[in-house]
Amino acid sequence: MLVIKDLHAKINDKEILKGINLEVKAGEVHAIMGPNGSGKSTLASVLTGRELVEVTQGAITFNGKDLLEMAPEIRAREGIFLSFQYPVEIPGVSMVNFMKAAVNEHRKYRGLEPLTASDFLKLMRERKELVEIDSALTNRSVNEGFSGGEKKKNEIFQMAMLEPKLAILDETDSGLDIDALRVVANGVNKLKRPDNAVIVITHYQRLLDYIVPDYVHILYNGRIVKSAGKELALELEEKGYDWIKNGENA
Amino acid sequence: MSDKTTAIPIRDELVNLYLNNLDLITEGSAEVLNQHRQEAIQHFKLLGLPTQKNEKYKYSRIEPIFAHNYEKYFAPKRIAFNVDDIFRCDIPELDTHLVLVLNGFFLSKAEKITTLPSGAIVGSLAEAAKQFPELVKARYNRLAENQTDGLVALNTAFAQDGVFIYIPRNVVESKPIQIINLLMSDENQLVQYRNLIVVEEGAQANVLVCDHTLSPKRFLSNVVTEIFVGNNAKLEFVKMQNEHNDSALLTHTYAHQQRDSRLTTNLLSLHGGFIRNNLSVTLAGEGADAQLYGLYLTDRTQHTDNFTFIDHAVPNCTSNELYKGILDDQATGAFNGKIMVRRNAQKTQAYQSNNNLLLTADARMSTKPQLEIYADDVKCSHGATVGQLDADALFYMRARGIAEREAKLLLMFGFVHEVVKHISIHTLRERIDDMVNKRLRGELSRCHNCPMHCC
Ligand SMILES: Nc1ncnc2c1ncn2[C@@H]1O[C@H](COP(=O)(O)OP(=O)(O)OP(=O)(O)O)[C@@H](O)[C@H]1O
Ligand SMILES: [Mg+2]
Repeated sequence: MLVIKDLHAKINDKEILKGINLEVKAGEVHAIMGPNGSGKSTLASVLTGRELVEVTQGAITFNGKDLLEMAPEIRAREGIFLSFQYPVEIPGVSMVNFMKAAVNEHRKYRGLEPLTASDFLKLMRERKELVEIDSALTNRSVNEGFSGGEKKKNEIFQMAMLEPKLAILDETDSGLDIDALRVVANGVNKLKRPDNAVIVITHYQRLLDYIVPDYVHILYNGRIVKSAGKELALELEEKGYDWIKNGENA
Repeated sequence: MSDKTTAIPIRDELVNLYLNNLDLITEGSAEVLNQHRQEAIQHFKLLGLPTQKNEKYKYSRIEPIFAHNYEKYFAPKRIAFNVDDIFRCDIPELDTHLVLVLNGFFLSKAEKITTLPSGAIVGSLAEAAKQFPELVKARYNRLAENQTDGLVALNTAFAQDGVFIYIPRNVVESKPIQIINLLMSDENQLVQYRNLIVVEEGAQANVLVCDHTLSPKRFLSNVVTEIFVGNNAKLEFVKMQNEHNDSALLTHTYAHQQRDSRLTTNLLSLHGGFIRNNLSVTLAGEGADAQLYGLYLTDRTQHTDNFTFIDHAVPNCTSNELYKGILDDQATGAFNGKIMVRRNAQKTQAYQSNNNLLLTADARMSTKPQLEIYADDVKCSHGATVGQLDADALFYMRARGIAEREAKLLLMFGFVHEVVKHISIHTLRERIDDMVNKRLRGELSRCHNCPMHCC
C-alpha cells in the first residue's frame, strides 16, 4: 500500500529526515516510536503534503501512485488520513459544514453524488457513536475551545467519517484520559479492515495494548534505526532510548 | 492641488442648485422638513464637502465622487415600468412589512402612510410630516450633525422624503419592517433622502434596510437616518448594502438611546463601488446597551469606510462593537471606531474589535480604534487585526480532502459568520448567509427574483 524509499526531507534548510525506508501493507498496523524531535511528525507531514517540509531525495508510492506528486487534498481523497498531533482550531467553521464538505469531496472524487442532508446527518450520528463523541462538540466550530482530549476524539471521529485506507495517528493518545483512550482505541479497531492500514505514532505502550501493532519502528535522528515486532515497544518502555542513542554513537 | 481647484466649484454648484430649486424642493416635501433647510445650507456653505484633512474623512475622498454629472430630481420621476414587476424581494418565509423607496422618494401604490394592526406607523416621511406634524417635529433633525459634517448639512438642505417608522409606547411589532431603497434610472443620479425611526418607551421593532442599484447608471446616495430608542425599548436595525461598482453610498446614521434601551445594528456592506458609513450612537440613559456589528466584503477597486462613534454619556451603559472585513484584489477599506466615555460615565463597559482579512498583497486596510476615556471606573478594550487566511487551518482542511479554493471559502465564510450570526431573525440570517456565500464565490449576490445585475 505505502512504500517509502530513501526519503530525505528538510525544513528551512535543516535536514530532518535522513533516509527513511518503510513499507506498509494492507491489513497491517505499524507503530513508530522515538525520542522527541526525531522526525516522526515530520514524516507524517511529508505523507500528507505539508508545504513547509521539502523533500530533497527519495520516493513514496501509495497504492502504486506517486504520492509526492499529489496535492494534500488529493492524497486525502486517495485515502490518506492524519490524526494531527496538534489539531487546528477553525473559528466560525462548523463541524457539520466542515465534515459535509470533506465527505462530499471524497464522494465526488469517487464519482458519487453528494449525500442528502438527512443521509449525512445519519452518517454523523452513526460515527459519533463509534467514538462516543458528545453531540455538543459536533455542533460547535471545528476544535474551537475543545479540550486537548476532545480534540483527539474529534480527530478519530473525522477518521470514522472518511474511512481512510491509511490512517496515521500522531500521538492521538496524548491528552486522553484512561477511559477516553480505551474508547478511541476501540474506535480505531472497529474501523480496522483487511484492506486498510494504520501507522500509530506514540511514546507509550499503553495505546499499543489496545491497538496492537504488527511492527514497531524506532525513528531516531531522521532514520529508522530499529524495526521489530510488538515486543520492541515493551522493551523501550523498560529501557528508554539511551541504548538506542548510544548504539548509534557506538 | 487639483482638489483645491475643484472643491470650490462643487460646493458653489450645490448651493446654486439649492437656491435655483428651492421652490420645487419645498413644494415636494413638508413644512417640518422645510423649516430646517435654510440653516442647513448655511452650514454647508461654510463646511463644503469633507476633505481628507478632516480626521473623520481621512481615508475617503469625497469630492471626486461628486465630480461626476448627476441628474437631480425634486419630485419623483415617473418611470415607464412597474417596479413590482421588476423587483420582488424574496427572502423565503420572511414575512415583513415592506416599504419601497425609489430614487429617494417613498413609492406607494395606495397609502403613503399606514398604521399597522399593532399601532405602529410606517410610511413616507414627507407624508408623516403632514399627517403627524407633532410626532415628526419633535424628533426630526435633532441628532444630525449639520454643524460639523458638510454631507449631513447637504442632506438636511435637500432631503424631501424617505421613510418614517413610529412604534408607539409599549407596542411590540413582531413583524420586521423592511425598507428597500431602489436606485433605478436611465441617467446618472444624485439622491438624498432621510429616514426617521422612533421606538417609544417599552416598544420593540426589527428594521431591515436594503440598498440596491437596479440599473447600471452611476448613482450617488447621501442618506441620513435618525433613530430614537426610548426607555426600555428595543430595536434591531439591519442594513444590507448591495450596489454595483459605479455606485457611491454615503450614509449617516444617528441613534439616541434612553434608559435601559437595547439597540443592535448590523451593517452589511456586501457590494458597492464606494461606501462610507457613519454610525453614531449616544447612550444617553443609564442601563442602555448598544451592540454594533459590521461586515464589509470588497474586491476589485471597491472602497468601504466605516466610521463609528459611541458616546457613553451617562454611567452604567454597555457597548460592544465587532466589525469584520475581507478585502480582495486592489480593494481598500477603513475602520475608524471612536468610543467616548464621559467624565461621569462610571461603570461603563465598552468593547470593540475590528478584524480584517487581506486576500492579496495589493488590498489595503486602515484601522484605527480611538478610545477617549474620562471616567476612572470603566472596563474598555479594543483590538484590531489585519491578517491573511490561517495557513494551518487551510492545510488542516485540505488534509481532509477539501480543495484549496473551497477551504478558503469555508474559512472566509466562517470569518464573516461571526458577524452575521448576531442577526436574530432566523430566516433573514440564513438568507444573508446565503448572499454572503454567493458573494464570496464571486456569484452575483443579488436577490433571487431581481433580474438586474447589481454587481
Ligand atoms: N516548523 C518548523 N520549523 C522549524 N523546525 C521544525 C519545524 N517543525 C519541526 N521542526 C524541527 O524538526 C525536528 C523534528 O520535529 P518533529 O515534530 O518531526 O519531531 P517528533 O519526532 O514528532 O517529536 P515529538 O515526539 O516531540 O512530537 C525538530 O528538531 C523540530 O524542531
Ligand atoms: Mg511529533
